[in-house]
Amino acid sequence: MPLQSPEVYIKKNIAAVQEYSILAGTAIADIFTPPHYWADVFTQMDSIGVGSMPIIVLTGFFTGCVLALQSATALTEFGAISMTGSLVSLSMVKELGPVLTGLMVSGRNAAGMASEIGSMKVTEQLDAMRALGTDPVRKLVTPRIMATIFMLFFLTIIADALGIAGGALMSVSLLGLNANTYLHDSYRGLVHGDIVQGLTKPLFSGFIISTVGCYFGMKTTGGTQGVGRATTQAVVVSSVAIIIVDLLVTRAMIGIFGS
Amino acid sequence: MPAAIPTPGPATVRPPGDQTPVVEFPVVEFKDVTISFDVKPVLENISFSVDRGQTLIILGPAGCGKSVLLKLANGLLGPDSGSIRIFGQEITTMPERDLYALRAHIGMVFQESALFDSLSVEDNVAYRLHEEHVPEDQAHHRVVEALQFVELEQAIAKLPPELSGGMRRRVSIARAIISNPDLILYDSPTGGLDPITSTTIIELVMKQRDVSHSTSLLVTHRLQDAFALATHRYDAAKGMVAIPKDGPDHGIDPGMKFLMLNDGGIAFHGSTEELVHSKDPWIENYLS
Repeated sequence: MPLQSPEVYIKKNIAAVQEYSILAGTAIADIFTPPHYWADVFTQMDSIGVGSMPIIVLTGFFTGCVLALQSATALTEFGAISMTGSLVSLSMVKELGPVLTGLMVSGRNAAGMASEIGSMKVTEQLDAMRALGTDPVRKLVTPRIMATIFMLFFLTIIADALGIAGGALMSVSLLGLNANTYLHDSYRGLVHGDIVQGLTKPLFSGFIISTVGCYFGMKTTGGTQGVGRATTQAVVVSSVAIIIVDLLVTRAMIGIFGS
Repeated sequence: MPAAIPTPGPATVRPPGDQTPVVEFPVVEFKDVTISFDVKPVLENISFSVDRGQTLIILGPAGCGKSVLLKLANGLLGPDSGSIRIFGQEITTMPERDLYALRAHIGMVFQESALFDSLSVEDNVAYRLHEEHVPEDQAHHRVVEALQFVELEQAIAKLPPELSGGMRRRVSIARAIISNPDLILYDSPTGGLDPITSTTIIELVMKQRDVSHSTSLLVTHRLQDAFALATHRYDAAKGMVAIPKDGPDHGIDPGMKFLMLNDGGIAFHGSTEELVHSKDPWIENYLS
């Protein structure tokens, strides 16, 4: 790989941020003006939402299971094993549910968007679309943003619920806790601010996944190798961005709700 | 809804008694157009125009900017400097939204066909009609007509990956002509095809030219295709391509012009006769 001067490297990255911002801004503005491609929105909802269900169900459930087992070890030392339900539900709803769902959907769908749009770019299908009078941002990017934000919200709820259920299974079957106690403790441990915090994060993650995936797809160059590179970059950048934005949202929510 | 465009050229239909002067302007007009990628200019100070009903054949060595020129004409690329007027409208400063409306009057055939892989042949050809919300039965009827024109109606339900290179190119032509565009841009329609399939494609281009009399720009690297277009005509009555036996200029199409690009500039711009009688050593070498 050839070395670049710092000046070229910085300019290139600033230009990339600018291009990304313009793409994201244009795509969001297109939500509020016709024409709308509702059929594409529903197709993407099916692909992103329903298609991601199996990985979200498995990830959420087993994360809850592991969380219960790991936390029980530490809580036993303090004689607080009955708090397992509260710890699992808080961890799942506030942090693990939104972040793991975001990362799993990022791995599946940011990659899918980058490769699909990237393939269209290198085979001139995006140019053909423009030549046929269709705005590719409006047709391809806006529906993906709408579908990802909407579906990630519900996928996160499913992951949270299954994580708590997984924790319940482990607590009852292996730790000998009472199911009613576990569920009551889980419910009692959550307050309004926790739910708001947990359900705000997927809105940001959904935006990041869709815009980053589409951005790398639309700037793909260099044939099939370029498509592979765009796919990898989309997953890496969106995953890192989800974790960074998670920190910022958490801090903001602590500032608003105080916990 | 396609934008209304002014009817170019002297063929404008005028009401009886209308004394206002006829506005005449070329369908395509480039003035001092320059475009660079990175730091290297691909096209530099390019100026030419194409009148209504004319066919401009764009020739030149690989990488000389032929495809770039077509993309500039369709507004898919913007020049660094210069003016490009299509149907009399300046497109270099036109907002993208207005360009989409203008492109409703322009058909384009891409080098590698650029069909939408996930859509059937019918949906590919009807793409523009679906965007314009044409009723489904009307759209189907027009798709069948367009596919009959390119003799490919049997492939209507197939997906692009099931088609051969020549068939894909024919579907691409059908997609470009379905809305009866006033201007058609062909980007190497015979590139990468065997000689027999290339002849079929060129006959379709000829048929489209002589049936609809639309203006067209055609990029090619095959001289035989260019000269076939200049010397042959499609006879609608007989339904076949033939060499006209009479007429001025030995039957050579007077509406056919050539533009040769080399080193970012125009090496030649003129008629078929002027091209074959050119004494320029580079052109003689290119043609030989």
